Amino acid sequence: MRLTLLLDMAADGFGDRVLAGRRSGGITAAELARRSQAGAALVRERGADALVYLDVNGPAFPVALFAAARAGVPLVPLNYRLGQDQLDALLARHPKALGIAGPGALAHFERAGIGALTAGAWLERTGAEAAGAPAESDAAERDDGEGEDPVAVVIYTSGTTSEPKGVLLRHENLVSYVLGSIEFASAAETEAALVSVPPYHIAAVANVITNLYAGRRTLVLESFTPREWLRTVREEEVTSAMVVPTMLARIIDSDDDQSVPSLRSLSYGGAPMPSALIERALRTWTEVGFVNAYGLTETSSTVALLGPDDHRAAVASSDPAVRARLSSVGQPLPGIELEIRGPGGEVLGAGRSGRICVRGGQVAAEYAGAGSAVDDRGFFDTRDDGYLDQDGYLFVSGRTDDTIIRGAENVAPAEIEDVLLRHPAVLDAVVFGVPDPEWGQRIEAAVVARPETGIDPAELRDYTTRALRSSKTPDRFWLLDALPRTETGKLLRRLVPDLIARAGNGEQPAASEAS
Amino acid sequence: MAVQFRAGQQLVSAVDSTAVIIIRAPAGECVLTCGGVEMAAPGESAGGARPDPAQMGGTQIGKRYTDEADTIQVLCTKAGTGTLALDGQPLRIQAAKPLPASD
Repeated sequence: MRLTLLLDMAADGFGDRVLAGRRSGGITAAELARRSQAGAALVRERGADALVYLDVNGPAFPVALFAAARAGVPLVPLNYRLGQDQLDALLARHPKALGIAGPGALAHFERAGIGALTAGAWLERTGAEAAGAPAESDAAERDDGEGEDPVAVVIYTSGTTSEPKGVLLRHENLVSYVLGSIEFASAAETEAALVSVPPYHIAAVANVITNLYAGRRTLVLESFTPREWLRTVREEEVTSAMVVPTMLARIIDSDDDQSVPSLRSLSYGGAPMPSALIERALRTWTEVGFVNAYGLTETSSTVALLGPDDHRAAVASSDPAVRARLSSVGQPLPGIELEIRGPGGEVLGAGRSGRICVRGGQVAAEYAGAGSAVDDRGFFDTRDDGYLDQDGYLFVSGRTDDTIIRGAENVAPAEIEDVLLRHPAVLDAVVFGVPDPEWGQRIEAAVVARPETGIDPAELRDYTTRALRSSKTPDRFWLLDALPRTETGKLLRRLVPDLIARAGNGEQPAASEAS
Repeated sequence: MAVQFRAGQQLVSAVDSTAVIIIRAPAGECVLTCGGVEMAAPGESAGGARPDPAQMGGTQIGKRYTDEADTIQVLCTKAGTGTLALDGQPLRIQAAKPLPASD
């Protein structure tokens, strides 16, 4: 099963519907199909073995995704914000690619010796040649379900803990995800989805293919600001949107007009959502259905979700177990099997915390140059820790690698961070382990104060001890101006020690116990 | 001729424009027909077959079809005029269970 099957179905089922861009002048399903033919012809003409996309999100992106799919080569969306050395290193992995470049990005391809055209030229060429392109699929991409399953997309991980890895997503994975979670043509013609994530994020890829199959128009916010986001939602009558937690925080904190009368669904994911923030969002937008999605690049996006009904039930319930589900990621998708495993690989029952492992057609779990990362039963270890409650709701406590082991106790930084972020004076917080001769690791925290309030460290310490217990109270609080986060809100933990060291040269820790 | 199907397999009708993908394959061998005539892999249809006029109820693009016992699930990828049937029993449209949009 190829991605082009989804596009051909869309072109066949609702060819005249606008799927990308503004209602007038946007790209219809039929036009996207024609452009993908023309784009595939360009890829073949150049003898390219990959299509590298180095630009902000925009109409050129879905055209690139399906042109690559039709040509049978992977689309490789790269982060245009990377430094020159990092970009050069990634481009060197695709020497025979064809490049699509945003403003100013042609130079990167030139340096790497890769032929490229601007995104504008890409849209012009695929638009002009679309008129004369054959409507039928050609033999090269016809697929009887028996042939090889090529790579559709390569996404480089952001490298929060190590060097970027190329995650390989095959056609079969992405099509499984769409068929397993989306009903064909289920969106009304008036629906529109607003995309704010950059194209090198799995959610951007998933967004294109799921909305295409549902028949929902997608709009792109090239660079996110709360004002632009709110304005676009109102002006374009956006009905659904996906944001990462840092974006939601900025929207909720902004002084702009926060009315979003057309918005029916708001999904969030990509990083842990502080509970204080989602509670505020639920109070601000009572008419909006919230969806918490948990997934990884390696799993072709969402594997578990907490839907609008779950959110409402949690907020309205007096049962602590049901209320707690507001901080869960809900239940696994129908096509996903999920297990919690202990240190010896044994499957753990409800309420017991361990490694989250998943299996299913959408689970790619394959890396460039390293092969498949699934075990002999086909399960992929997410390297996230968590547990299932009695009713199968999944609670994610964080990356296994981030777990602090203080004495014999495993402490998830996310639990402490969530408490710190509930404090009115705290804008951002990170909790981490530091080598300690007595405890093995001790707990330290770095916090960013809200500019208007400032932080009283002693008061913050008391607050944390009251909310948690003393063994989970950080031994030291550091004050920083900002935490290192990626554009999509992921904390770059590996950069924290260096920031602390530099802060430590200049100022005393905010509070410290003699030890 | 009864054959063993597998998930991901694509089949086209011999008598109309219907095309399907097997989403869930039955455990054993069986016969999948459209308009009363056996479906085949794309490009492998014998041709010349005549549809059964009693089995021309039509198929809808994007719908999932299943049998009473829920042994098979196919997705219609191209609409047509024939009726899908497994071992002579017509398939019915499976009700959608939509999930909230998460991307």
